[in-house]
Amino acid sequence: MKIFNIYLSGVGGQGIGLISEIILRAADHAGLNALGVDTHGLAQRGGMVSSHIRIGENIHSPLVSKHKAELVISLERHEAVRAAADYLAENGTLVYYNTSWQPLPVRLKKAQGISEQQVEDFCQKGAFRLFKVYQNDLPDPRMQNIALLAAICKNKLVAGLAVEHYQKAMNDLMAGRMLETNLGMFKSLI
Amino acid sequence: MKSFADMLLSREAFSEIVMGNTAVVRAMIEAGARVVTSYPGSPTPEIASAIAGIKAEDRPFYFEFSTNEKVATEVAYGASVNGHLSTVFFKSVGLNVAADTFVQLSLMNLIGGMVVILGDDPGANSSQNEQDNRHLARLSYTPIFEPANPQEVYQYYKAAAILSRQLHIPVILRLTTHVCHAKQKVNFAAWQPADFDKTPAFDVKNGPYMPLTSLVFPMKRRALGNLQQVAEMSENKGLHQLVGNENPRQGIVTFGMPFLSLLDCLAESGGKPDILKLGMIYPLPQKLIAEFLRNHEEVFVLEELDDIIEGEIKRLAFEQQIKVKIHGKTDIESWIGEYTADKVAVLLAAIWPEIAPKPAAAPDFSVAVPPRPAQMCPGCGHRSAFHAVKQALGDDDIKVADIGCHTLGFMPPYNMGQLLMCMGASTGIAAGMSLFNASRSVVCFLGDSTFFHAGIPGIVNALFNKHNITLIIMENGTTAMTGHQDHAASGRNFNQATDKIPVRGVLEGLGVKHIYEVDTYQQEKLTEMVKEAVAVEGFAVVIARHPCMLKLMREQRRKENFQAKMVSIDKQACNQTHACVSDFACPTFIMHEDGSIDVNPDLCIGDGSCLQTCPAKAINRPENR
Repeated sequence: MKIFNIYLSGVGGQGIGLISEIILRAADHAGLNALGVDTHGLAQRGGMVSSHIRIGENIHSPLVSKHKAELVISLERHEAVRAAADYLAENGTLVYYNTSWQPLPVRLKKAQGISEQQVEDFCQKGAFRLFKVYQNDLPDPRMQNIALLAAICKNKLVAGLAVEHYQKAMNDLMAGRMLETNLGMFKSLI
Repeated sequence: MKSFADMLLSREAFSEIVMGNTAVVRAMIEAGARVVTSYPGSPTPEIASAIAGIKAEDRPFYFEFSTNEKVATEVAYGASVNGHLSTVFFKSVGLNVAADTFVQLSLMNLIGGMVVILGDDPGANSSQNEQDNRHLARLSYTPIFEPANPQEVYQYYKAAAILSRQLHIPVILRLTTHVCHAKQKVNFAAWQPADFDKTPAFDVKNGPYMPLTSLVFPMKRRALGNLQQVAEMSENKGLHQLVGNENPRQGIVTFGMPFLSLLDCLAESGGKPDILKLGMIYPLPQKLIAEFLRNHEEVFVLEELDDIIEGEIKRLAFEQQIKVKIHGKTDIESWIGEYTADKVAVLLAAIWPEIAPKPAAAPDFSVAVPPRPAQMCPGCGHRSAFHAVKQALGDDDIKVADIGCHTLGFMPPYNMGQLLMCMGASTGIAAGMSLFNASRSVVCFLGDSTFFHAGIPGIVNALFNKHNITLIIMENGTTAMTGHQDHAASGRNFNQATDKIPVRGVLEGLGVKHIYEVDTYQQEKLTEMVKEAVAVEGFAVVIARHPCMLKLMREQRRKENFQAKMVSIDKQACNQTHACVSDFACPTFIMHEDGSIDVNPDLCIGDGSCLQTCPAKAINRPENR
């Protein structure tokens, strides 16, 4: 199988760790060889966070190289463009959750924020596939990651991963009400 | 849900996707570790998270977070000379704190064995430097194993434990950030719990344990003799990996994670140099390396951070008169940063361009995305405190930062922190800056975990030598930055409830005459207190206290009747002075292009600490969502 690299980005506190662990485990449940790594430590505090996932046979380091990600998954609009610009490979796909957590320079009016239009323009220029995800009625903003995961599953953005693999992975990682709510929403969106 | 605790205690062999930091815990269990200690610091605290997952009564070994890395090392040492296999783990710069004890370990007959796990941080992902701790290993004659991935973390810990117990020496397991955090399916062996002999086996006959003047020499001879023995053992090919491509021209010597980066580069370029990947990296297997040098016209030493083995390998070639061209570090950049596949590709291209992968094309257009530095959480008490402290200080006053979440106060718009060194250093630095200084007040910050870790000596010194400085202690009851580990004033240790050692009580006991204390969120009062404290001629302390809001909110969310709240903007009252954004700068506030302000529902935790910062009183009280 060809190597499939995924780069995930977001802001500390958005739950990137859970979505990356679910995809990694889903790949494993699908019988694929996979590696991953997450940001931990200082950067978690409201800064930019990233995770790397690599799927395939001849893979060694868990880190994805620049401009070599077939798929960039982002939990936030600014981080979506930053990640895509740095990591997306030719013909790659960007899928992002359309929320905006303004970076400090934007709030201080020292820089311009990124608009939805800019994301679209960016992908059009680069000939990247773009999926924008937004869910109006989320019971808790911390479930945005699962809404994004559902879009990834529904659009089959990770080759070889099917609904049951994602569900098994979610079962591995959650229990009780958390599992119930997240799995319920995941199923309703796919 | 999978129970990682059950998995770590499984009697049967199994495979599971885990990170390096989890894999090492299973290795400790299998190897029979009895005492494990640490002080939290990235990239290693998840080792403790994995241990915490196992119920205290099921834990096969004792674990504690000690007051600092030095004490942690001492506790592990004490256990080892009593016959128990012990392990201490901490981050890269933690070894500086532990060094006074650590450098002595190899002089001692560690009858139980002791493994020191170092979490080095190439790339300075969450540290104040990229120091290469292999230097301290050499300085102290301590062997090092360095794994490249979680599977090897597990295997090498066990090998380190065996070696340590066999020769009664300390052995280092050196991990780097992305080895600690890499996730991979690891194959674990079966485990049969062994009976544990609790007899305190300490006996001076196993010593000497008293390194004093001339008594040092026999102990040093023993340490060097052990190292020589390990050097011979390191020739065991099973400890290393030879990737043979029968290439007489190009050979590469490497180890750790850069080995994986190299394999990724070669998979892409199709290059086929021979590779000698070392598992034990100190002392080096000299015969094995000499043979590798002889078999190649050119050898590239691919070594992250400093040029330690490059120097040793060049010396070896010189001594043995081996005719080989040795490539190593070329410029300053090759000493800096993590050796990712991208970096290794650049290094390869400089030496052997034909086997370097071509860099992927970057888009030929760009979009300016504003940077997103780490910042304090929404509702963080430190933000409230910095906002208030700033009102009390002049622009020209000197503000000394320390390590912790509150370090982030250095950023705009607070600018509360102009110098940073290491854990607990702020009070000492501030004292130095107060000398011959009658015009600029000197204020320094300290967290409560750091207070106990390394902060107290600086405070004692400030009292002892009558320094004229103001210390602001940001007391949030936990070690927040590394994931909320308890400390001496938390009222709990890793294993049980314990008496709090109150920060204020310690200060009073030391004889600090001027102590001010206030809730972090009472900004006006805090501003006044800082003004008073700065006016004191001598040493004054202000304690800004509130439990870490992130931790508190997480605990409250778990409660059955929890009701989420958030503030809102009174658009009529808002006159767009933007104090909420420009001065207070909680990430919750959204600045629209027309200058109007909104509240981000993803972020607001409804603490309401922002209300007092709006001159127009345009922020409404937190209401139920």
